[in-house]
Amino acid sequence: MKKLLNTLYVTTQGSYLSKDGECIVVRSEDGSKKKFPVHVLDGVVCFGNVLCSPFLLGHCADSGLAVSFLTENGRFLAEVKGPQSGNVLLRREQYRRADDPVQTSAMARSFLIGKTVNSRTVLRRGLRDHGDRIDSGRLEKAALELDSYAKRLSSPLVLEEARGLEGRAANVYFNVFDELILKNDGEFTFTGRNRRPPLDKVNCLLSFVYTLLAHDVRSALEAAGLDPQVGFLHRDRPGRPGLALDVMEEFRSFMADRIVLTLINRGEVSSKGFSVKESGAVLMNDDTRRTVLQAWQKRKSDIVLHPYIKEKIPLGIAFHVQAKLLARCLRNDLDGYPPFFWK
Amino acid sequence: MSELLPISALQHYLFCPRQCALIHVEKVWVENRFTVEGRIMHRRVDSEQRGRRAGADQDLSVPLKSERLGLYGIADVVEMVPGPDGREIPYPVEYKRGSPKILDWDRVQLCAQAICLEEMLGLFVPEGAIFYGKPRRRDVVVFDDKLKLLVKETAMELHKMIAEARTPPPVKDKKCRSCSLAGECMPGLGNAKVESYLLSALKE
Ligand code: SF4
Repeated sequence: MKKLLNTLYVTTQGSYLSKDGECIVVRSEDGSKKKFPVHVLDGVVCFGNVLCSPFLLGHCADSGLAVSFLTENGRFLAEVKGPQSGNVLLRREQYRRADDPVQTSAMARSFLIGKTVNSRTVLRRGLRDHGDRIDSGRLEKAALELDSYAKRLSSPLVLEEARGLEGRAANVYFNVFDELILKNDGEFTFTGRNRRPPLDKVNCLLSFVYTLLAHDVRSALEAAGLDPQVGFLHRDRPGRPGLALDVMEEFRSFMADRIVLTLINRGEVSSKGFSVKESGAVLMNDDTRRTVLQAWQKRKSDIVLHPYIKEKIPLGIAFHVQAKLLARCLRNDLDGYPPFFWK
Repeated sequence: MSELLPISALQHYLFCPRQCALIHVEKVWVENRFTVEGRIMHRRVDSEQRGRRAGADQDLSVPLKSERLGLYGIADVVEMVPGPDGREIPYPVEYKRGSPKILDWDRVQLCAQAICLEEMLGLFVPEGAIFYGKPRRRDVVVFDDKLKLLVKETAMELHKMIAEARTPPPVKDKKCRSCSLAGECMPGLGNAKVESYLLSALKE
């Protein structure tokens, strides 16, 4: 089984990354230096104004390590990586299936069943852990509704119907999401999803963690030889990683959303860690960003039992397992795509 | 044959056809301790071996090719030794990290080198040797008809698989533990019915 390696996140503006033997040296503007051996890393992610020497980029590419560049707020800009990946035959099969409405709907429904069941489990966990502090009636009702949506998604549907059900399921889930925010001092309130730009702190955190998730899923898909752009549920739109968004669906609630809830409920992020722009857009400051990145790294090392392969794996590896399972499904080694169900 | 393939692919194929396809069809390559050590060992061959064996002329890192097998590669060392009629004949020597294998892989690889030499030089190459790093020992390999047939058959199967660009499904086996591509291959992913897996998740 694949090993969980660390991702190096560089958030300090003006950092310069260079190569020293088998190591990456990160030099800050104040002159301080840190070294990281390449072989313990599975990727380098640079936020904002971070520079890399071409020799380092070449070395990373040779070692199978991708170097990604994101804006400070996590929007994907570009990636530098070696030529290894890319199984053209597998990709062709992916495109063929994406062109076939029946196959597409079957894939899309698998992703959505994963998403809906996992959202339901997140609500149930909330009930189990904090049933005394929250409006459990609301949550129970929502969990039941999600259950019924998941069941309906398992019968044959055309893509549009499946999408309609998913939209309604997402509404049900986000309508009760604020119940799971236990710190009721008004610092963090959630009234629904908004993005680009996020208009409150909760959405700002959610959006950022979603970009981290999208990034990791995308890398796992590429490593498995798939094309992260061509999705089933998310149809082609230039620049949009459709397949990465598809596979993200099953991970959102129990990885991304729960990290945000934990950071808020444990007081690890506070109102002071954000700023509001003239336009109403909410941005997080560097410390908050670092806190979120640490929480993300830590979450990836949590060990879970994968219910399909029946092995204990770190959550970070689950992205790779799902990408491989998807590839196996495209190769007809499996009779469908088994999403990851969080227990 | 359409495309020349590296001689080393024979070894991969005999070890596990899926591993071979991952490397040569899908171009997945993962470096681990074994491949790194192997490379270091070869580097040492290049730097230390020259002229080590008194009396035998040595050529290092010799490029080889056989149209009949559709293979190319590089021999670590080719020594020139006197043949029965007094004329010099080539004697390939391969350096391996680790200990002698029970299976035929190493011999197949060496024999493929011999077939290349025969084809390139128009000479008969009766034997060669494999030098194992631990214990430091040379095993003589005789290129008999049986071994040559195995090389040819393996080369044919290999070419067929690559031409079809087929990646066989994994076979979960003891050897997976020593496979450098296990992390990429993930042999334990399972193949249970997805439909019933989905339905059971909905019942909970
Ligand atoms: S892990 Fe096992 S099945 Fe997979 S390539 Fe290696 S030896 Fe073959």
